Amino acid sequence: MAVLVIADHDNASLKDNTNKTVTAALALSGDVDVLVAGQGAKGVADAAAKIAGVRKVLLAESDALGQGLAEAVTAVVLPLMAGYDAVLTPATSQGKNFSPRIAAKLDVSQISEIVEVVDANTFVRPIYAGNALETVQSSDPKKVITVRATAFKAAGEGGSAAVESIGAGDGAPKTKFVDQQLVKSARPELTAAKIVVSGGRAMGSAEEFQRVIEPLADKLGAAVGASRAAVDAGYAPNDYQVGQTGKVVAPELYVAIGISGAIQHLAGMKDSKVIVAINKDGDAPIFQVADYGLVADYKSAVPELMDALTAAGK
Amino acid sequence: MKVLVPVKRVIDYNVKARVKPDQSGVDLANVKMSMNPFCEIAVEEAVRQKEKGVATEVVAVSIGPIQAQETLRTALAMGADRAILIQTDQDPEPLAVAKLLQAIIAEESPDVVIMGKQAIDGDNNATGQMLAALLDWPQATFANAIELSAGSAKVAREVDGGIQTLDVALPAIITADLRLNEPRYASLPNIMKAKKKPLDIKEAATLGVDLTPRLKVVKVTEPAKRGGGIKVESAADLVTNLKTAGVL
Repeated sequence: MAVLVIADHDNASLKDNTNKTVTAALALSGDVDVLVAGQGAKGVADAAAKIAGVRKVLLAESDALGQGLAEAVTAVVLPLMAGYDAVLTPATSQGKNFSPRIAAKLDVSQISEIVEVVDANTFVRPIYAGNALETVQSSDPKKVITVRATAFKAAGEGGSAAVESIGAGDGAPKTKFVDQQLVKSARPELTAAKIVVSGGRAMGSAEEFQRVIEPLADKLGAAVGASRAAVDAGYAPNDYQVGQTGKVVAPELYVAIGISGAIQHLAGMKDSKVIVAINKDGDAPIFQVADYGLVADYKSAVPELMDALTAAGK
Repeated sequence: MKVLVPVKRVIDYNVKARVKPDQSGVDLANVKMSMNPFCEIAVEEAVRQKEKGVATEVVAVSIGPIQAQETLRTALAMGADRAILIQTDQDPEPLAVAKLLQAIIAEESPDVVIMGKQAIDGDNNATGQMLAALLDWPQATFANAIELSAGSAKVAREVDGGIQTLDVALPAIITADLRLNEPRYASLPNIMKAKKKPLDIKEAATLGVDLTPRLKVVKVTEPAKRGGGIKVESAADLVTNLKTAGVL
């Protein structure tokens, strides 16, 4: 059996989610190829070729692929599927957009956001905001799978696969790309960061969120996250949202500040290795999952934490 | 412009799902059920498009047991004009749901379908994209803002790192993200009025779609619980503990 992994990238660099998805793919088969669909993405393909265990890298380039349009990606992948038994995509907003389209075109069910490969037909995936884990066995001839990347270790480097250019397909004739506004940040990416500092509704304003959360994140070299409540209130941009309906993170250290711990937030961070919660309400549900809880007002606790980190040489 | 809005009856957003002791699934007996929150956002958006004079008719569709009529009545109370229940006691997978919706779309010929991006039970985030594929329509998922005009829709989408804006030709599928709008509460007079709005019931079997599941659920288990943590006294204590744990 051969497996295709669709790379996660921004046309300039390959994202670590790809390496993690390759690990999941290698649990299915030793014959793993990577598709880089983008524009001006030769560097991404070269990086993918270095992932240990990758047999071959396919590079398809067009404007519509560079914009990540679902119709365009689907058009490239469908003809390739004659040669593959499964296609795996990291469950990013990008992957979630096109993968089900591929599945329906192949007349198969998608197996969404797997966290474990049991065997070539059997997978584990969270349902109900991570309150249950479902083990499913697929009877479809081809598997279309999205992978919750945080559940898999990243495949290392050391490969030397060949890069092969392939056709770019028909694009997305019914869709026009208007524009894209991405926030540029010097901080690590939320889903790949080793440390995440998140703020909640207690911040009270966007200014306060920036004043409190961002310096602490920078001191720790951390990514910044937020609860849904904080995002809904406009204190933080939407792509900061950690939770069932936002990003799922599993860093070494997750610091939740002024976050009560709604089910939907816990679903996005409860697999973190160490969880710290700072909240003035000692009964907040976040303390039930926290390894270290500090019952205190963030207004005094965060400055004290900054000082303690400085004292500790951070 | 005619808007079709598929809605799903799911466990209420505020209820914690409990796994059955025999690992056959999640216990839904005597649990409060409601309209999936993302579907509420989709209904709200369709109704607002009608209030703006852009949409002329809003049709809500649900696939599920007879009780899903309640979910449709909620959509009608929010402002949908009429509703269709595709009745089945099975729990069809997203692919089968998309095929049932495709059959309804063949009868209804909407100009646009606005639906939730994800149901909070299966967490698949797949039905809208699958429906777009089956119909060969363009898709604009995870919508944060929608501008409908004759023949096209301009949709701002939530993507990793920011917002992407697309212009898709109609008919198209649009899936709603959290921040598209804040759904209204239906007023009592509107709830009363909704009881008189038309609600058709069709048997799923009459639509000629194979509902056989492709995925067999082997078991449903509870995730591993986190071990109990400790409360620390101060920020300095916290840093000491984190150093000992090796995460600083």
